[in-house]
Amino acid sequence: MVLLMVPGLALFYGGMVRRKNVLTTMMMSFVAMAVVGVQWVLVGYALSFGQSQGGLIGWDPALLALQGVPHTKLFGDKAIPELVFVMFQGKFAIITPALISGAIAERMRFRSFLAFTLLWTTFVYCPLAHWVWAEGGWLFKLGVLDFAGGTVVHIAAGVSALVLALMVGARRDVEKGHVILPNNLVLTLTGAGLLWFGWFGFNAGSAVAADHPVAGAVAGLAFTTTQSAAAAAGLAWMMVERWHHGKVTSLGLASGIVAGLVAVTPAAGHIHPAAALLLGASASVLCYSAVQLKGRLGFDDSLDAFGVHGVGGIWGALMVGALCFTPVQASLEQVGKQALGVAAAAVFAGLGTFVIAHGLKRIWGLRVSEQQEREGLDLHVHGERGYHFDQV
Amino acid sequence: MKMIIALIRPECLEAVEEALAKVLDEGDNFRLTIDSVEGRGRDAGDVEYVRGREVRVRTVPKTRITIAVNDAYVEKTIAAIVAGAKDGEVGDGKIFVLPVEDVVRIRTGERGEKAI
Repeated sequence: MVLLMVPGLALFYGGMVRRKNVLTTMMMSFVAMAVVGVQWVLVGYALSFGQSQGGLIGWDPALLALQGVPHTKLFGDKAIPELVFVMFQGKFAIITPALISGAIAERMRFRSFLAFTLLWTTFVYCPLAHWVWAEGGWLFKLGVLDFAGGTVVHIAAGVSALVLALMVGARRDVEKGHVILPNNLVLTLTGAGLLWFGWFGFNAGSAVAADHPVAGAVAGLAFTTTQSAAAAAGLAWMMVERWHHGKVTSLGLASGIVAGLVAVTPAAGHIHPAAALLLGASASVLCYSAVQLKGRLGFDDSLDAFGVHGVGGIWGALMVGALCFTPVQASLEQVGKQALGVAAAAVFAGLGTFVIAHGLKRIWGLRVSEQQEREGLDLHVHGERGYHFDQV
Repeated sequence: MKMIIALIRPECLEAVEEALAKVLDEGDNFRLTIDSVEGRGRDAGDVEYVRGREVRVRTVPKTRITIAVNDAYVEKTIAAIVAGAKDGEVGDGKIFVLPVEDVVRIRTGERGEKAI
């Protein structure tokens, strides 16, 4: 279910760019399945969930290429095989860099993005996942709550997306103020639907870490809060849009839904459904504002990876502290812990992205050539066109 | 022989086709080429919204129809197109009449006015 979110994301993003770049944009999501899929098995799982080295990173030679994980071995005290847990977590690792691709759509060099995906997952995602989700991780031990990846996935991806977008620079057509219209909102809406569906796997499935020995009651809670937040967020975005422009757009509803899903991700198994309604609606309003602000500030986060995932993730992560009832009660102290988690993730992801991207800029450059950007990446990078409607 | 090229509102195509069927000898079997184009004109263009940003698209979609007729039918054809395509608003479109040097029916090899 979670892996379904990757093609879902590919469709969501692909529909929003111009026709000449639809395939490249979708590729950047799909290719994460291949690159991170291999990385996760080889070293990713070991780094994220291996024996904790000072709370900062995992390491366990037995986990390299998963050789030390017999298929019959159960995960800790749970009723699921460890390999299932490995794969489940691997899907999160896959979708996180794919999220980042939204910020640099239509102009980043493919090989640089591939290298970035590999390096970022290894040196930013894995340590962060370890800090927040591994039993020995320092943020986990401090009591920072992140049910299904608000910090590890959305804040990390969102902040990294912003940094990368600034480093790659704006699309030339955006700088010139040209109109950029989505080439296929039908794909975007389809993608949003798949994301919503897959998100139940993402959030409810994360109960595997909370319940013993099977994910039961908490999964039910996460299922409910996820649905509630998404619905409330969708409604809220529609209302804000109607007030702002007098029209309710389909892209708006799709975006609102995603904003709600993002915000509830860190909170799904920690808050009541009613709180989820509030969280979703408020996240929607915040994300809508962030997207408008982007326009005023003038940077080109093409598909609002920071505006939706970054802002939504930060808001959700903080609000967990104010709304949680399990495993701890909401308190100012918890909000403080959440803020620490947010800050640590944002700074680490931002810095890590800067260093990796800077290195790649020196080696290969981050952007395609001006001609390639003008004519479209699909033809130049992949030798394909997304549509041949005129062909019989 | 003349080639009539008309740029009309896409939603008027059916009405134009109905009007043409009434004035042309072949009835419903008249020959017409239809394609979708976009262009600029006095239309202000449509306003679209992308993530809360208002965007005015300066080009407007139109339907282009191309029909070859013998001289005696030119005025009838123009009248039929106007009848089907006129809304009375800016953006109704335009009709061009061009001279045709020759016409060939590929299947039979007929040429000229017979081939139209």
